[in-house]
Amino acid sequence: MFQEKIYTVNSSYRESMVIRGYSFGKGDPAACILGSERGNEVQQMYICSQLVKALKELEANGCVNAGKKILVVPVINALGMNVDRRFFGVENQDINRMFPGKEHGDTTDRIADGIFKVIKEYSYGIQLTSFYMSGEFVPHVRMMETGYQNASLANLFGLPYVVIRKPTPLDTKTLNYNWQDEMTAAFSVYTNKNDTIDDRSARQAVASVLRFLTRMGIIRYESHSGYISHVIMEKDLTDVHTLSGGIFKGLVSPGEDVRYGHALAEIIDPYEGFVKETLLAPTDGIVFFAHTEPLIAEGAIAYRLIHRLHE
Amino acid sequence: MIEEVISVELPVGEKLKIVKNRLEGTNPGFKRIVIVSGIHGDEFEGQYISYETARRIKKNPELLQGTVEIYPALNPLGLDIASRVIPKVNMDMNRIFPGDEKGTVMEKVAAAIVNDIAGADICLDIHASNVFIREIPQVRISEEFADKLLPYARLLNVDMVWTNASETVHESTLAHSMNMLGVPTMVVEMGMGTRISRRFGNQVVDGIFNLMREMGVWNGPEEKIQYPVISTDGEVEFIRSGVTGVFLPAIEHNHYVKTGDKLGEIVSPLEGTVLDEIIAKKSGLVFSLREYPFVREGSLLLRILTGIDD
Ligand SMILES: [Zn+2]
Repeated sequence: MFQEKIYTVNSSYRESMVIRGYSFGKGDPAACILGSERGNEVQQMYICSQLVKALKELEANGCVNAGKKILVVPVINALGMNVDRRFFGVENQDINRMFPGKEHGDTTDRIADGIFKVIKEYSYGIQLTSFYMSGEFVPHVRMMETGYQNASLANLFGLPYVVIRKPTPLDTKTLNYNWQDEMTAAFSVYTNKNDTIDDRSARQAVASVLRFLTRMGIIRYESHSGYISHVIMEKDLTDVHTLSGGIFKGLVSPGEDVRYGHALAEIIDPYEGFVKETLLAPTDGIVFFAHTEPLIAEGAIAYRLIHRLHE
Repeated sequence: MIEEVISVELPVGEKLKIVKNRLEGTNPGFKRIVIVSGIHGDEFEGQYISYETARRIKKNPELLQGTVEIYPALNPLGLDIASRVIPKVNMDMNRIFPGDEKGTVMEKVAAAIVNDIAGADICLDIHASNVFIREIPQVRISEEFADKLLPYARLLNVDMVWTNASETVHESTLAHSMNMLGVPTMVVEMGMGTRISRRFGNQVVDGIFNLMREMGVWNGPEEKIQYPVISTDGEVEFIRSGVTGVFLPAIEHNHYVKTGDKLGEIVSPLEGTVLDEIIAKKSGLVFSLREYPFVREGSLLLRILTGIDD
């Protein structure tokens, strides 16, 4: 294992923020795994740290294949982690909206550029990330529909679902999109938590990445075969919106099977405690995404369901 | 007449409401002028412009032909806590247009705003830079719509029209979305975040009445206006910090500088030393100047408009 400096951001008041990479094996830049870009993505950082630990062991046992190099970058926005802010610096910039970055641009453009120059040459790019809507997901691999995406490769992670998202103009500034644009096969791996640690889902994420690396001939690792992934288009998910605001009491969790008319959540009046709305499933399906915060506004997306295909 | 554009019940006892003031003239159906502001909750220059425009119309309502609609606060929660982004979701509201009626709460709000403005004859989106940089009154338009917008932009009594400025070319902005729908929409930038400059405000309001007069919407006396410098990105020199420290400018905002002039320095509070001296490489007008002292490598210090004579 080698530790390398990917990029350094100096500060007048603190130590420099060093973005560190950990590399395993030598040769072709085969796979790059990137962790937390945002100050609240603790779970993503944790997963990467566990990957570093596992790869270190695999390398020591001679299980990284010859001519293959793996790079893991567990944390980008260490400052955000230490001061509890999702985005970077006083300008509050989302680094994952800055790619491919600009060498002579603003501070966050330079950070993105500094990272991207190092990681764009890898054949496979895996990012552990969170969504712009806060809540919990069924573990899945997400790809952008860029024309270069390859859903059958995404199946090799062995997670239950592969989701294809049609990029909006905003998505064109994300790492995933730009990686694909540079002909890296890019995957975003979503687990169920962000700002807290869930060991079970972290182990599942670590296993899925190691499974993928094994199946791509980069490492040798004994793993069970995982799930046979269902490929779904994001636009085909059924959104369940609230009709009122209040205290949100979720009754179902990601991965749960629900039937048409099944109660999904209660919205409770924050002053008088009565149930002002019961959210019902509009279709038979599986809960793909669930709002998890205790409060919710009118018209918010409380759940996203995968419409069940009847066998 | 105050009208509600959209109302959303918040979790606890309040509603998020977008409201507008609809001022109708002698022939309300003739033309509709829209002024919006407050997409960024840390920008208040548009509050003065909204007030002053409504005040002047109410003083002489008989001079108004058609309708003027003023939306002072498109991001009311942000304005209430001076947060640039939409509170809680932490997103720039000017990155979610044209919105989505079936999307998240703020995507629905954005869609309602777009629907409400649609069909207007002109739309002005008033911004106030941010809390970092002070700006002269200027109109920013993307190259894509420059032919259509330049004739209007020239009438607004601003100091400068900047085409293809990167901030405005973003496809998810309100201005881009409205222009795509055929509503000529211009972004007006001036001053700086959390402040109001009445001088800049009055200058732009004079321009708004001049534009309305030229469009036949306002029958008041002719305003004495100036015509802006028209520039493209090629004429704008960006000066960014090469080091991390505290920026102390040596010049005033909105002044001409010559090649070789000292523009400022970046110092180290800990060591008591000058880390870098900023020297002008080109002559021109300092139209953007950093007011926020803390800088990192890459932070914008100044923008100079080159290729013009003093
Ligand atoms: Zn703004």
